Parts: sequence; structure tokens; C-alpha cells
Amino acid sequence: MSKASAAAAGGRSYSAGVKEYRQTYWEPDYRVKDTDLLACFKITPQPGVPREEAAAAVAAESSTGTWTTVWTDLLTDLEYYKGRAYRIEDVPGDDSCFYAFVAYPIDLFEEGSVVNVFTSLVGNVFGFKAIRALRLEDVRFPIAYVMTCGGPPHGIQVERDKMNKYGRPLLGCTIKPKLGLSAKNYGRAVYECLRGGLDFTKDDENVNSQPFMRWRDRFGYVMEAVKKAEAETGEKKGHYLNVTAPTPEEMYKRAEFAKTLGAPIIMHDYLTGGFCANTGLANWCRENGVLLHIHRAMHAVIDRNPYHGIHFRVLLKALRLSGGDHLHTGTVVGKLEGDRQATLGWIDLLRERRVQEDRARGIFFDQDWGSMPGALAVASGGIHVWHMPALLAIFGDDAVFQFGGGTLGHPWGNAAGAAANRVALEACVRARNEGRDVEREGKAILTDAAKASPELKVAMETWKEIRFEYDVVDKLDAAKAAA
Amino acid sequence: MSEILEYRSRLSDPASRKFETFSYLPSLSKAEIRKQVEYIVARGWNPAIEHAEPEHAAGAYWYMWKLPMFGQTDVDRILAEAEACHKANPRDHVRLIGYDNRRQTQGAAMVVYRGKVE
Repeated sequence: MSKASAAAAGGRSYSAGVKEYRQTYWEPDYRVKDTDLLACFKITPQPGVPREEAAAAVAAESSTGTWTTVWTDLLTDLEYYKGRAYRIEDVPGDDSCFYAFVAYPIDLFEEGSVVNVFTSLVGNVFGFKAIRALRLEDVRFPIAYVMTCGGPPHGIQVERDKMNKYGRPLLGCTIKPKLGLSAKNYGRAVYECLRGGLDFTKDDENVNSQPFMRWRDRFGYVMEAVKKAEAETGEKKGHYLNVTAPTPEEMYKRAEFAKTLGAPIIMHDYLTGGFCANTGLANWCRENGVLLHIHRAMHAVIDRNPYHGIHFRVLLKALRLSGGDHLHTGTVVGKLEGDRQATLGWIDLLRERRVQEDRARGIFFDQDWGSMPGALAVASGGIHVWHMPALLAIFGDDAVFQFGGGTLGHPWGNAAGAAANRVALEACVRARNEGRDVEREGKAILTDAAKASPELKVAMETWKEIRFEYDVVDKLDAAKAAA
Repeated sequence: MSEILEYRSRLSDPASRKFETFSYLPSLSKAEIRKQVEYIVARGWNPAIEHAEPEHAAGAYWYMWKLPMFGQTDVDRILAEAEACHKANPRDHVRLIGYDNRRQTQGAAMVVYRGKVE
């Protein structure tokens, strides 16, 4: 029975039911501790429920509280263990909802367990009847908790050294069609991309081990392709071998085989695979010296609704703690949702050592990552050579730009498509280093580079007209108010 | 639709080997190299010069030319060292590096003199 219906059964009004929560779990005078885990929720309460009561209810239901007092409460020090709502703020330009800030003592969470943190913070409370909608906007993980987590198996600096890639973003490509190729034909597509100048190719997320292409066959052909492209170009190459599997046992079996073949990098889907599997695989990657690329299938189900769910910046923090060397972060400019300022905020959270609160970028808390490595941001989805100047301006060097259709769709094939992207990238990096504004001068920079690259010239002619200029659904609240 | 051009690379052709950043662009001119050195200096990175025989360029370690030029901000001095390395090793690739000691990585790395491929 929920709190609300319990109150109704007692013949009292709705607000009376949540009042008990407020007495225990609303503490506006509370001074947050450095060790507290802090959360910012956007709460849309049911009509008639005061803000303090709704906030306290969320604090209670995501920590120690249940709908009624139990005698065993008196056997512990609830004052010490409880979470408490300590601040309420207006959402700019929207009075249907408000921000509630909740502090949780660090003792509430198992060390090194992203699983446990999220089971608490976004557990039963999201179905709570007194709340119409609830969104977890941001979480401050105290440094004391961060240091109990493994984090990225290698991090940006180690990956750059292992792959010998400096002073520029990396280039990748997801092999298409995403389903249906035989293993040998699939390896062909990989080989052509890599010999043309890409650093990485990638399994599509839903390529696991289907009847038309079992994982063991794919791994073998793909690694032959990687090795030949390395010998041919003299550069380090890799292919994200997707080890996402139905069971952890199967996942580790595939990872071990990838390592046996000498694969420098493997891949996992951390939301569909789950935090438990992901953390285990990240530990395996650290122990075995294999880089880990992370895809985020299912994220938009959780993060796209501005009023309910979990913001992507929180899912991203979960991944940095659980472990991954790359994470898909959206492109801003391609076919998938992504606000520019919000994206700049969360790629900082993925890569930097310390990030300051910055509401203009949707960041509600200072976040200190201590010595935990950062991960490369991956921009993928509907991008092509014309996007290169904007991608470089937005993401800087610590990113992987992945052109799927934008490589494979080149009229002369994958190798030419890859070369076009590599030339475009290097031209933009050189121009940026020379102090030019690559976004404003993008067309001139690319046009000039194409004079020495027929592959780039044809790519520019092919994709000239493609734009993805729909408005984003999940805008930053601060930006909505300004508009 | 234009005629399809083959993208040519061969295991048997040493000219197919690339050498990372900027190796897909035409060789940098003197003026262009100067701008890249200015970029390294402006970022506060430590410039360094390395070289390698083109046939032995795949490994992590090239030959170091003297020591990294810690704190050197004189662009002409840095360019002079790169040129001196090239003159002493005319067959080799010569690489310009900007060590970013704060982030423990190379902020920039590019071949500024391309070695001779036989």
C-alpha cells in the first residue's frame, strides 16, 4: 500500500499523508557534508501536494523511509542514516515542477556499486503516487565514493599511448548494414575502412551473435582485417568487437577470445547489458589490457522525457564509475537528439578531472573525479564530412567521430570514404591549430583540402544537402526560460 | 556520377605507410610548420623532436633528438632544432611533438620532414 492510499484509508486528506515525511525528511537548515551523495530531482507533484512535502517524500522513499512507522526504526539511528531534502528551487520558466535537492549519507551505499546507488536513488520512488512525474537531473558523487569505484579501465591518456593517436580526435565507423552480413563480407567492410585511414571500426549494437553471423566467425575475420590494415598503413587500428551477450559467462567467453586474437578493444552495451555486467567487464578489461568501448542503447527511453526519468548526464556519471574507455555522447549536429550546451556539460563530466557547477550547461553540482581516468566522448549518428568543422569545435581532440553511412556511403567505397573523412579531419585540426575559426571557415577549409583529395571532393558533393535540423525535445530548463 | 577511382594502398609498397596526424595531407610547408610550432608554444607545451627510418617507424619509440626543449618558447630555436635533426638524418621521418605534462600526454605530434621511401 502506498503512502497516499494509506492516508486515504485513514480518512485524512492527501496532504496530511505526506506531512509525516516533511517532519522527518525536510531539513532546510541541513549543512551538506563532503561525504554526502547529493541528488537533484525535478519533481512534478500531484495537484495540492506542497513542494516541501513532495521533496521530503522523495528523500524518504529513496533512502530509509517506508509508508508507515515500524518499531524496528527505533533500533537504529535514523537521524544518521536518513536521506533529507535540503533545498527547493524553481525550474526556470516552468511552475508545474521544481527542483528538490536531497543529501544521502555515504553509508547508504555499498562501496564500488553503481548497481546499489541506482537501486536506491531511482528505485520505488519513481512510481510513487504523490508524484506525477520525477526526473533525476544530476548527482554529486563524493570523492570518497568515487575512489571506491574502478572507473575507466585505461582512460584517455593510456588509450592514446596504446593506439599512438595524438593531437587529434580519432575516427571510427559503424559497419552497415547493421544486420545480415556474413562474417567474411563483414570483415571486408572493416578492412576497407581501416586501410582507407580510419582508426577504428565498430560492431553495431545489435550485432551480438545472430544465426547469419556467429561471434566467433566475426571476430576471426575482423581481426584478420585489422592486422592487414595495420601492416598496410603502418598505423595502429582496432575494431570494437561487441561482447554484449545473454549471460555474463558468455560475455567473458567472447572477451577472452577477442584477447586471444590480439584485439586491442572490445565493446559493451551498458544499459541493456546492465551495470553489474558492465562493471565486471570493465574490471576484466583493466586486468587484461583491452580497451572498452561503451554503447548506450536504451538511453533515450530513460533520458529523453524532460519531466520523467534520468538525465543522460547522470547515466554518463554511472558509466564513468562503472567503467568504459569510450562512451557515446551524441553529436549535437547529426540525426540524434542532443542540445549543444548540455552536451558540452556532459562531455566535461566524462573527460575532465574536476567539473564546476554550471547551470548554463545543466550541471547542478561540482564534481571531483580525483584520480579516476576520463573516457573519450564518441560522436556517432548521421554525421558526414560537412559536419567535421562543427564536431571538432564542439568536442575538441578527446573524442571519436564515427561516420557510418558517412564512410560506407561514399560513391567509391569504404576506403575512399575513410580517406575523405581522414583528410577532412586533419585539415580541420591543422586549421584550428593555426588559430582559424573552423566552424565559421569550415567550407573554405574543406574545399581547400579537397583540392589534394579527390575522395574528399566526391564526399562533399555527395552529402552537401543532408541536414538534421529538428528542434531538440529535451532542452535545458535554463535555455527554455531564456527563449 | 563521376568515374570510380581505386583507393590504392599495398603491403608491397612502402609509400602506402602513413604516420598518424597530418599524414593524409600534403607535406607541411615551412610557413605551415611554423604555425604548428606557434600552437605548441601557445598551449604551454614542451616541444620535442624525434626521428625514425621510414621502414622502422611503426613502434612506440623513435630516436630522440637531444632532449625535449623544456620551457623553450622561441619558435625560431625550435624550428632550427627540427631542421638540424633533418640535416643530420636526411632519410628519416622527423616528428615534432608537444608534450602536455599536465595531462601526461602528447598534445601534438606530427611529422614535419617526411623521410625518403625507396
